[in-house]
Amino acid sequence: MQMKEYKPLIVAFCCNWCSYAGADLAGNNRLNYPADVKIIRVPCSCRVNPMFILRAFQRGADGVILCGCHPGDCHYTSGNYYTRRRMAMLFSMLDYLGVERERTRVEWVSAAEGAKFAATMNDFVAQVTALGENKRLEDLRCKR
Amino acid sequence: MNKKNLREEIILRSGVNPKKCMKCGKCSATCPAYDEMEYHPHQFVNMVDTGDIEPLLNSDSLYKCLTCFACVDRCPRGVEPAKLVEAVRLSVIRKQGENHLTPNDIPALLDEDTPQQLLVSAFRKYTK
Amino acid sequence: MQRIGVFVCWCGSNIAGTVDVKAVAEALKAEPGVVYSTDYQYMCSQAGQNLIIDAVKEHNLTGLVICSCSPRMHEATFRKTAAAAGLNPYMVEIANIREQCSWVHKEMPVGTEKAIILGKAAVAKVNLNTSLTPGESPVTKRALVIGGGIAGIQTALDIADAGFPVDIVETKPTIGGKMAQLDKTFPTLDCAACILTPKMVDVAQHDKIRIFSYSEVTEVKGFVGNFDVTIKKKARFVDETKCTGCGDCVDKCPMKKNPNEFNMGMDNRSAIYIPFAQAVPKVATIDAGACTMLKKGKCGLCSKVCGAGAIDYTQKDEFIEEKYGAIVVATGFNPISMDKFDEYAYSQSKDVITSLEFERLTNAAGPTQGKLLRPSDGKHPHKIVFVQCVGSRCAACAEKGKEYCSKICCMYTAKHAMLTRDKYPDTEVYVFYIDVRTPGKNFDEFYRRAVEEYGVNYIKGMVGKIVPEGDVLKVQASDLISNKQLHIDADLVVLAAAIEPDKSARPLATMLTASMDTNDFFTEAHPKLRPVESPTAGVFLSGACQGPKDIPETVSQAGAAASKVIGLLCKDKLTGNPCIASANEMMCNGCSSCERVCPYGAITYSDKEFRMPDRTTQIRRVASVNPAVCQGCGACTVACPSGAMDLKGFTNSQIMAEVDAICK
Repeated sequence: MQMKEYKPLIVAFCCNWCSYAGADLAGNNRLNYPADVKIIRVPCSCRVNPMFILRAFQRGADGVILCGCHPGDCHYTSGNYYTRRRMAMLFSMLDYLGVERERTRVEWVSAAEGAKFAATMNDFVAQVTALGENKRLEDLRCKR
Repeated sequence: MNKKNLREEIILRSGVNPKKCMKCGKCSATCPAYDEMEYHPHQFVNMVDTGDIEPLLNSDSLYKCLTCFACVDRCPRGVEPAKLVEAVRLSVIRKQGENHLTPNDIPALLDEDTPQQLLVSAFRKYTK
Repeated sequence: MQRIGVFVCWCGSNIAGTVDVKAVAEALKAEPGVVYSTDYQYMCSQAGQNLIIDAVKEHNLTGLVICSCSPRMHEATFRKTAAAAGLNPYMVEIANIREQCSWVHKEMPVGTEKAIILGKAAVAKVNLNTSLTPGESPVTKRALVIGGGIAGIQTALDIADAGFPVDIVETKPTIGGKMAQLDKTFPTLDCAACILTPKMVDVAQHDKIRIFSYSEVTEVKGFVGNFDVTIKKKARFVDETKCTGCGDCVDKCPMKKNPNEFNMGMDNRSAIYIPFAQAVPKVATIDAGACTMLKKGKCGLCSKVCGAGAIDYTQKDEFIEEKYGAIVVATGFNPISMDKFDEYAYSQSKDVITSLEFERLTNAAGPTQGKLLRPSDGKHPHKIVFVQCVGSRCAACAEKGKEYCSKICCMYTAKHAMLTRDKYPDTEVYVFYIDVRTPGKNFDEFYRRAVEEYGVNYIKGMVGKIVPEGDVLKVQASDLISNKQLHIDADLVVLAAAIEPDKSARPLATMLTASMDTNDFFTEAHPKLRPVESPTAGVFLSGACQGPKDIPETVSQAGAAASKVIGLLCKDKLTGNPCIASANEMMCNGCSSCERVCPYGAITYSDKEFRMPDRTTQIRRVASVNPAVCQGCGACTVACPSGAMDLKGFTNSQIMAEVDAICK
């Protein structure tokens, strides 16, 4: 039997005002990135509750990336600063729990940076693929 | 070596992407050795890009370039024609298929005035 | 339980090309809550929308999932469709299978698989959707225009003509902007002052327009329809209401050696000055850095000669607070600094000038009264070289200049060359170009006339270096067509410097929370369909702050921005965004975490009486959200330790359901 090629499962939380539009722009410009990235739209990167990220890992995600507006450019003035702090805490805790730093990332992508969005996703997917499957937080009860 | 491989090799060696050129001619405008050359810097970039490298290999223009890097400094697109010229020069040298400098030659070349760095780079350049 | 309908759009071949739409529709049928699933070529078309409406009625649907293009594109369309079908508009979710799926993936199985997962996430979310009703907020019927150039002037006039009061804030002592500095305008060769100054007078005399000159915006709070703006009126040490603009003070001022900004520093002005004769408001301004009275307390001549008694050395910066319903940004552009282009010897020779300086040299109100004379020795130049694309179209890796085309240089250079040949037929004129870009009405004809009728020498190639030698400029350039290197001894060199957004734009964008691109141009809400609106509601864009533009384009964009502002100010009430935070009072523990993170101050705490299960009453401190002020960012929902705070439309359970659907 042939081994199926390993495809990571990556959840991307994108701010509606910048990176979600950046992802749309990447689409408009037909910039390819792996289909392993699944985007969830949130009003602001600060809407992302650490709970969502834990849940994603628990349910078998291999990597989680959070995209927000560049510092100073938040549509809601200061949301991305909260994100930055919260995620610094969360990611170091995840690292302690054995979910490698390379599986988590916060990236600032503006609405004009379609190319950056695609490049970031390509890079992140390659990084997570290199690490392989995430088993650390996976909840076996969630497996069917 | 066929035409396409030579083009790829020169691009790889120089680290220059000739596709970035917008054909403004500022490299040739700025070149102090322009009148000595048969092929001018902007032609160099274009000929490497189109793979028309054979005439360059046989041209004296290669050695008229002073490597002053004026074109590199002033190119608005960051193409760096001088690096391309240098890469084509290396192709000629390596094409000749022999080592022009062997480790045995070096002691004879050593004297007080020659900087060691020059020998190292000459060794690197003239050795296959 | 919801009854959900799934509608998969082909978008012609845009989606159907890489996603098997039938398979997506089929796969989503099995999802919980889905009772109907179909596909159609163009869901957003009238026929597609009718299909949705009919399906809602026929299958008694309560929620809709549209698998189509980005919600940023057609969410509003499908919400209207839902409303037309009698559903709450917020019972619609869009799965973005075009921009974020079919357009970025090439293989059918991959695209289809991802589209199904995105569809499942949307279905999972709709299952938890609830009906939402937007709140209403009043509209302040007054507009603010930031920047008093031709863009700001035109926008202000158009809004004011519709009957709404407008304030213009301009940092310079006068409105007029760059256009006031120009001599002639292409391609008709109208005199810029002749067409601009009447408009400036219109602005000054309009009873609905107030001009805050020598002022800047320092703080912006609030939201669409209700902006609170603080404007700093810088001290000009002259009482605007008293000054008659007679100019006696300007003549008498002993400090005459200050570079004149209006003439690009090519001549001098006094410490108290009026930028130019047609300035609006025509009021003197004291340059605090140059005035000896303000610096050392000695002099006071201007105050002695002023018949109106307008001089006031004790004037302080004044802060004005005003409410606005809409804000128009018209901050314009500046030519870039030539510091990084030393090969053109701009800093070494006075005879290497930028195009805007050339403009002043040929202007009758300029430093030479319109005679074309070299700045260095005042002689008439006989050989002039124009260099195009100086700092435009540079690669990012070249680390100097700008990546974009500045758009106006080709045309104004053709104008300069043509006018020079027209006035001084004995001058030789060379224009070095990379490409001549003339996409505009009568533009190419104009350029061809410069070549064919006026004998301007257009040479395809770039100037490599310029060396000042004696009283000539040695120009070394390439001629790519004849494959030659040229050496020209020029008397004057004119550089077509790239243009960049004004430096004030970046801090302003931060204040307005309007987004910018990497070049500091403001981004528009949609590059094609909403070009004059910023993504931030209530903020509009006019002129070169959005991208390089010539005058006709600026004026048309200014009018377009004005019409959008009028459309907003006409409304008495604005329906807000219903996706806002709300606190579950039963769960709130009164910790104030949410209050501290809210960027709008929308959360307040109050003591409320609660009936407890044991039939006693208890007073507890709980949070409540002001729906008119909340913008729905969700910062509070994450800060809340008890989980009492949630964001409607993006609830914790909804996003969690999406995560679950994706990770299944």
